[in-house]
Amino acid sequence: MTTDSTPDTPDSPDINDLEKELLGFLEGHTGTPWDADTDLFGAGGLSSLFAMQVVVHLEKTYAIAVRGADLRLDNFRTVRRMVELVDRLRVPATGDLHG
Amino acid sequence: MTGPADDEPRKAENAATVKCLVWDLDDTLWQGTLLEDGAVHLPEEVRKVVIELDSRGILQSVASRNDHEHAWARLEGFGLAEYFVLPEIGWGAKSDSVRRIADRLNFAHTTIAFVDDRPAERAEVAFHLPDVRCYPAEQVPALPDLAEFTPSTSTVDSRRRRQMYQAGFRREAERAAARGPDEEFLRSLDLRMRIGRATGEELSRVEELTLRTSQMNATGVHYPDTVLRGLISDPGHEVLVVTLTDRFGPHGAVGVLLLERHPGLWHLKLLATSCRVVAYGAGATLLNWLADAAARSGVHLVADFRATERNRMMEIAYRFAGFEGVVENPCPCTAGLEAVVDQPGLQRLHLAPGPRTVSTVMSVDAPDLIEQEGGPGAR
Repeated sequence: MTTDSTPDTPDSPDINDLEKELLGFLEGHTGTPWDADTDLFGAGGLSSLFAMQVVVHLEKTYAIAVRGADLRLDNFRTVRRMVELVDRLRVPATGDLHG
Repeated sequence: MTGPADDEPRKAENAATVKCLVWDLDDTLWQGTLLEDGAVHLPEEVRKVVIELDSRGILQSVASRNDHEHAWARLEGFGLAEYFVLPEIGWGAKSDSVRRIADRLNFAHTTIAFVDDRPAERAEVAFHLPDVRCYPAEQVPALPDLAEFTPSTSTVDSRRRRQMYQAGFRREAERAAARGPDEEFLRSLDLRMRIGRATGEELSRVEELTLRTSQMNATGVHYPDTVLRGLISDPGHEVLVVTLTDRFGPHGAVGVLLLERHPGLWHLKLLATSCRVVAYGAGATLLNWLADAAARSGVHLVADFRATERNRMMEIAYRFAGFEGVVENPCPCTAGLEAVVDQPGLQRLHLAPGPRTVSTVMSVDAPDLIEQEGGPGAR
């Protein structure tokens, strides 16, 4: 299964663009609009299975690696939390050569 | 690209069994060139090879330069169309066709074979896909005699593998057409998971599964038939086989778990699920079921995990189920476990589980691990 739909991403999109892109990704995959603060996995929401797709999407789109303790479901519970996670991980940690 | 160190079980057997054979049509499957000669002839010995490989659970596909409808009608006329999955009949490069077939099947290139009468076509495929094994057409009658076309096990699942894949493609088509949240569609499938203690008869299915499911083998460790057979009768271990069905039919054996009981702790030494059922959340469902059973038994869980390039989804499933690294979050419960020795990259993940919902999309029928005092396989 390939997703060719990865949008063009500028090198350093600001938070708003990030949020907009994520909301668009969710709406595209679920057919319904979402708010940045909605609990995506609460009642009537998405499956944790879909959360896996979101992880893969974030890693590919923003060239980040979500590893170890960062891979908590809580970090993907709302669009806002995902934005925070991406923003934190895409900042290059200078001097830290190997995780 | 799959690195050599990443998937040792597969690399170790140099002549890995072929999982899909891709056929050229003109002067390979049949004699003659459809567009030039009009009439083509299918040798009986070739038909026998197709049917024999199919019965061994080897999938077969087509990469042919022809007009699709015309060529497919010919295959139907020969009564062979049903034997071929994901046919690529068109005018593009054959390496592209073979690559697309491998991608859609989610098979590593080392498990794909290609047969064509034209050396230039074989060279083109070999150049772009060096891991794909290529055979000339004159070798067709001898293919069933080759070791790589002779799987070591033949099971109820391998004999109907093609039908299971074909049912899978119908599912995918319905899924693509379905609107709305995934979960709604999954519920409509009437998914039923059955987890059972492995019996002698089921062991060959387990063996085949751990060989085939490199993608979702969480430990990257292969447990051979003899080892698992010994563990079935070991009161300290549970060997569990997972099967899945839905309204389209059976998925067959899709998962295997190997669990060792310690005081206050269950050690999950092997968890492999077929890549065919990743999309249904089978891995997450199994982890939720196990966590719930462990919670009710008052024990913690520790799982062996080795990251490979192909089992990323399993890592996510563990983490989303609440597992944390033993190194980051040590727990006294692991004191009784043997240390990890000579297993590079192997980490241990820990969970202090609470009761939880096993799945909102499928029913799960499983043995009660708690009442296991009488020894495994009691029933």
